[in-house]
Amino acid sequence: MSPLVLVFAIPLLGSLTLAFVGTKPFARNVNVAFSFSTFLASCFLTAKIISGGSILVLDSQFFIDSLNVFLVALTAFIGFTTSVFSRPYMRIEQDRGKMTPNRMRLYFSMYQLFSFCMLLALTTNNMGILWVSMEAATLTTVLLVSVYRTPASLEAAWKYFILCGVGIAQALFGTILLYMAAQKVIAPGLNPLLWTNLNAAKGQLNPVIMSLAFVFLLVGYGTKVGLAPLHNWLPDAHAEGPTPISAVLSGLLLNVALYAVIRCKILTDGALKNHFAGRLMIGFGLLSVLVAAFSLLRQRDIKRMFSYSSIEHMGIMTFAFGIGGPIANFAGLLHMTVHALTKSAIFFAVGHAAQKAGSQIMEEIRGLIKVSPAVGWGLMMGTLAILGMPPFGIFSSEFLILTSAMHQLAWAAPILLLGLAVAFGAIFVRVQPMVFGETSVKRLSHPPAILPVFLHLGLALMLGLYIPGYLNTWFLQAAQIIGGQ
Amino acid sequence: MTNLSLELINLFAAILLMLAFAMLAQRRIVTLVHIYALQGLTVVCATSVVAYVTHQDHLYYSAALTLVLKVFLIPYILHRLIRRLDVRWDKETLLNIPSTMLIGIFLVIFAFNLALPISKLSTSVSPGTLGIALACMLLSFMMMITRSKAIPQVIGFLSIENALFFAATSATYGMPMVVELGIALDVLVGVFILGVFMFQIREQFESLDISNLENLKEE
Repeated sequence: MSPLVLVFAIPLLGSLTLAFVGTKPFARNVNVAFSFSTFLASCFLTAKIISGGSILVLDSQFFIDSLNVFLVALTAFIGFTTSVFSRPYMRIEQDRGKMTPNRMRLYFSMYQLFSFCMLLALTTNNMGILWVSMEAATLTTVLLVSVYRTPASLEAAWKYFILCGVGIAQALFGTILLYMAAQKVIAPGLNPLLWTNLNAAKGQLNPVIMSLAFVFLLVGYGTKVGLAPLHNWLPDAHAEGPTPISAVLSGLLLNVALYAVIRCKILTDGALKNHFAGRLMIGFGLLSVLVAAFSLLRQRDIKRMFSYSSIEHMGIMTFAFGIGGPIANFAGLLHMTVHALTKSAIFFAVGHAAQKAGSQIMEEIRGLIKVSPAVGWGLMMGTLAILGMPPFGIFSSEFLILTSAMHQLAWAAPILLLGLAVAFGAIFVRVQPMVFGETSVKRLSHPPAILPVFLHLGLALMLGLYIPGYLNTWFLQAAQIIGGQ
Repeated sequence: MTNLSLELINLFAAILLMLAFAMLAQRRIVTLVHIYALQGLTVVCATSVVAYVTHQDHLYYSAALTLVLKVFLIPYILHRLIRRLDVRWDKETLLNIPSTMLIGIFLVIFAFNLALPISKLSTSVSPGTLGIALACMLLSFMMMITRSKAIPQVIGFLSIENALFFAATSATYGMPMVVELGIALDVLVGVFILGVFMFQIREQFESLDISNLENLKEE
């Protein structure tokens, strides 16, 4: 069986299985097992693509090239580590009465279904199916965000549904316009919604329609990326849902939405032959960095704070892809990878920290390091990594983005630096007393999952010090695809 | 395309726009559901005409799907919800109709201007339809923004989807079937989830007024 089929079949089967056995105590292990198998399948797929080049399978409905295979591997990996983290985390939540067996079943089943939607969105070649799977991912995460059934989580989920539903409707209109432009140029008999067909004919797509289509697609998928001013759903959904979900929202969903924007940008650039799409992305990116950085100053809830930090980093990536060119695209991809790893590690640490303190309010979390050094150090190192301290990988990618900004767009560099500086001050001042100082936190009933935190941070550290050769060629190839070559 | 069918599609587009305005002005929840069903029916008619003229069989299927889903099933679910939640006679009180209508007119002008360059290019469609679809979409957005009750917000959301569907059929002769099925599935699941949410929201907040949902803010 082709590994691609396995990549879909495993999470789908997992979702069904857990819908039946999700109430049992062993379900958390089943969840880990399914996520691990998905990860293995994605490794096989990646190996196949690296050795054999891009593939087009199942009646050209699926297309895997260097750009998306690396995101498939990343998605499956973080999906797996998050399932490891949610094992003790959700168990403690259940002990505290926040989760009932039925809710656990919903949680596990939707978790696997969410993985399925993400992987489908990444590998599909059909721009319509891309939209459908993004919307389906919204639906599954809406259920996950509201799983505690508290007033606050219901409010967050409602807001998330309505805002993202409206946002993503724009993307559907953009897709319709794209289809309209494609119908005029793509030979009859070929499916005009397939990205590969569109890419082959992108030079002939009508520029007027394509520019309008890109505006709608950017606004639509940009809502899911969390670009300002469409970001309002994001902090609520991150703060009120279970922490493993915050980790996968930040680490995976935002990346996949950005991936959709990138695919559309490649087509638009080919049709317009100017920098229109890039300029729009630069504008949205810079705005997001600034809005998020200054919002960070007013945060009291730890998960809200780190979700604003996600908005900031998604802004930086959008900015990088907006600048374009080999270096900025390379840096953007590196930033996508390292941010996903680091931010999910932070959420793992934050989840346990908040459980220890019994609160997400930062003033009530104090002196983590005394009670559990591992969680404390995990949070501290993760914070330093996300703030762009060397030698972590975010330093390298931000450095590359800043230098290419100075070369190509000198006025934007100081704005970006200002955003980074404000974010640094805001986050560091708040995290420092949470980790050090007098303690206010208690021990947990089950040992916390420390391994995923340090596994992610270790990878982020490695990517900062040294990028392995095959990974490097991989990034370069993907950057070339984004450059439209 | 023959003249008659062109006229027919234009007629349906105009009806759709009128219904969008009717929705914007309607205070009563039950009537909103009726308007939504009518909107679905208009879209079905337009799709069938396009299918007849272009001889595309898959458009008949998608018209049938729309008929079942948007004229019968979703309005039925909404009616049941309204009955079970006992909000049949609820009215939206905080609504200034004349000024919303005025803003609506500006939205229509804006939408037509936005779609103008594309309408000029298009050879296949009657030029106005894309503009009208965009206008209906914007009007539904506005309806969602101005309403504070949960069900009207959901109806606004659904009518955006209707406008998009109309854009797809009239401007491009329909998306491929697999995409349409996917969209229909998403919409249906979405309505179910929102329906479940409404019960939970009412349980927690003792009202379906979305303006209660304003606790999540920065301090």
